Amino acid sequence: MTDFLKELTNFLAADVRTAVPLLLAATGLIFSERSGIVNIGAEGMMLIGALAGVAGSYFLGHAWMGVLVAALVGVLLGLLFGFLVVTARASQIVIGAAFNLLGLGLTTSLARVIFGVNTSPPPIDAFKPVAVPGLSRIPVLGEVIFHQTQLTYLALVLVPVTYFILFKTTLGLKVRAVGEYPRAADTVGINVYRIRYGASMVCGMFCGLAGAYLSLSLLNFFTENMTAGKGFIALATVIFGKWNPFGVLGAALVFGAGEALQYRLQAAGANVPYQLLLMIPYLLTIAALAGFVGRAVPPASSGRPYVKE
Amino acid sequence: MKRFVTPISAVIIGLAVGAGVIYVMGLDPAEAYRSLLKGALGSKNGLAETVVKATPLIFTGLSFAVARMAGLLNIGAEGQLYVGGLTGIAVGIYLQGLPLAVHLPLALLAGFVGGGLWGLIAGALKVRFGASEIITTVMLNYVAIYLVSLMVTGPMIEPPGNFPQSPPVLDSARLPVVVSGTRLHLGFVVALLMVVFYYVFLWHTTVGYEARVSGHNPRAAGYAGMNAVRNTLFVMFLAGGMGGLAGASELLGVQHRLFQNFSPGYGFDGIAVALLGYNSPIGIILASLLFGGLRSGGNMMQMTAGVPVAIVYVIQAVVIIFVACEELFRRWQKNKVGPKFNLRSLLSAQPREVKKSHD
Repeated sequence: MTDFLKELTNFLAADVRTAVPLLLAATGLIFSERSGIVNIGAEGMMLIGALAGVAGSYFLGHAWMGVLVAALVGVLLGLLFGFLVVTARASQIVIGAAFNLLGLGLTTSLARVIFGVNTSPPPIDAFKPVAVPGLSRIPVLGEVIFHQTQLTYLALVLVPVTYFILFKTTLGLKVRAVGEYPRAADTVGINVYRIRYGASMVCGMFCGLAGAYLSLSLLNFFTENMTAGKGFIALATVIFGKWNPFGVLGAALVFGAGEALQYRLQAAGANVPYQLLLMIPYLLTIAALAGFVGRAVPPASSGRPYVKE
Repeated sequence: MKRFVTPISAVIIGLAVGAGVIYVMGLDPAEAYRSLLKGALGSKNGLAETVVKATPLIFTGLSFAVARMAGLLNIGAEGQLYVGGLTGIAVGIYLQGLPLAVHLPLALLAGFVGGGLWGLIAGALKVRFGASEIITTVMLNYVAIYLVSLMVTGPMIEPPGNFPQSPPVLDSARLPVVVSGTRLHLGFVVALLMVVFYYVFLWHTTVGYEARVSGHNPRAAGYAGMNAVRNTLFVMFLAGGMGGLAGASELLGVQHRLFQNFSPGYGFDGIAVALLGYNSPIGIILASLLFGGLRSGGNMMQMTAGVPVAIVYVIQAVVIIFVACEELFRRWQKNKVGPKFNLRSLLSAQPREVKKSHD
């Protein structure tokens, strides 16, 4: 029994660790999608955030500085994205695809310059698990939730914060209005462009944080293409979580569990097709979009540029 | 002639940004590009490699373009490529005792149909459930990649099962090399034929005409009694098929077996190809050759100048971004306001020609 509990605890803790990067990126994507911007470039933004985080920690000597750098770089990427899709009215999908290429190309090239090729990674300051006094002694849950890194706590705290901003404040109402019916929002004096720029920058910031989580909390270094499709799973997380922060938290935990289980099975040498587990996020998302498991309906004007008349 | 201005300036700017990144890396951009050019065009083998790398790009470029012309966004060429490679190679391995003249076309057809059905899933989800093909094609990419991984680690693994790869494809299903001493294979000719087919289909058939009308103005297409459902399904099948051929031709012509992650993103590059080539037949061929050259020359650049191939991605990304912003430049030109980079003027930028939006 204790063995089982221990196993369960380990598994759930691994689930939370794999879920957090998805959660962070997806929280950012909620803002952008709710304002009407589809960003399939989250993968590239995360990758750049991952490198920026490691570089920041390496040069400035502190993990939190790395996080700050990653967030700032993310904001700048979001600003650029906003400029391209809001002002230049370029196709959001095409720009997103370009961002993924840009992220892969830039990080692979620059990582070699900063850290050299074929050298062992220099030690950098990274996050270590911090036990929350008291709470971490709760059986199972204490270890799973209250014995994680500070970035994990930040990600979890941002869930209710995001919910509050989106659904309980005027700003959140404006964001949602712009995503549903920009013309009406414009008529009542909401600056559609400004909201979309802001949402895009917030999205970039979260993607940067998600990347920094990968390189400063999950692994303690940057490796080429280390996001390995997590940006796309984050996109799936948003849809499966129905553009709601708490829904997204649940979706991230479900998708994270699939991945954690897959690692476990592979490590145990179990002869099961682990690829089926890896397909789950995508299949579930398609099912949700098609309405098989609770219909997922995107914000009405998501993906469309707005032209002020 | 005017149509060439944007693509050419886009490429120049892409190369300039690439040079900037190379310079930041502390390397010599001039030397890098010299070796890139030499690698891509400097020898018979280099030229052949450029065409070999361009071949899948022509297919995936067509895949994106044919959907785009019909008003659909197919981001799923990568997945269609994987499935087409899988079905094509399966026919190439397991269907035995056929002559080349029968076996090879069958394998290619299997690739086309496999990719086509993968595209059709997205089309069907759109017409039946209203699920956006953009997102479903993105999701199906990863399903396809894991499906191939599943097949080569399980059912299709080469005995005795030491490596996650399929057995080699039979000789009778291989695309023959057309220039001896190189890897240039018949797949390039197939790609050119598909370009011709793309042109004839869109501009000289009724179905193609209807697809273009639906893409340009869905409402008008509806009033004219065109069947939007049939259009969507057919075009997604066709787009998927083109993507499938990319995978089948790459495997039957170059790799000769199935393995994990065999595409370095050819499917996504198809978006850049179609965009840069303005969805035009000639444009798609030229853009494919350009990106093919960047890839084949990139290897030489990495070897002799020490510049990572990944720079090519940066160049491509910048090219895409620049072409995608074409409308902005046109607006600036029209309004005769120079590109003033202050936030307020950007936020309140008003277009002179007010387009009716569809909502």
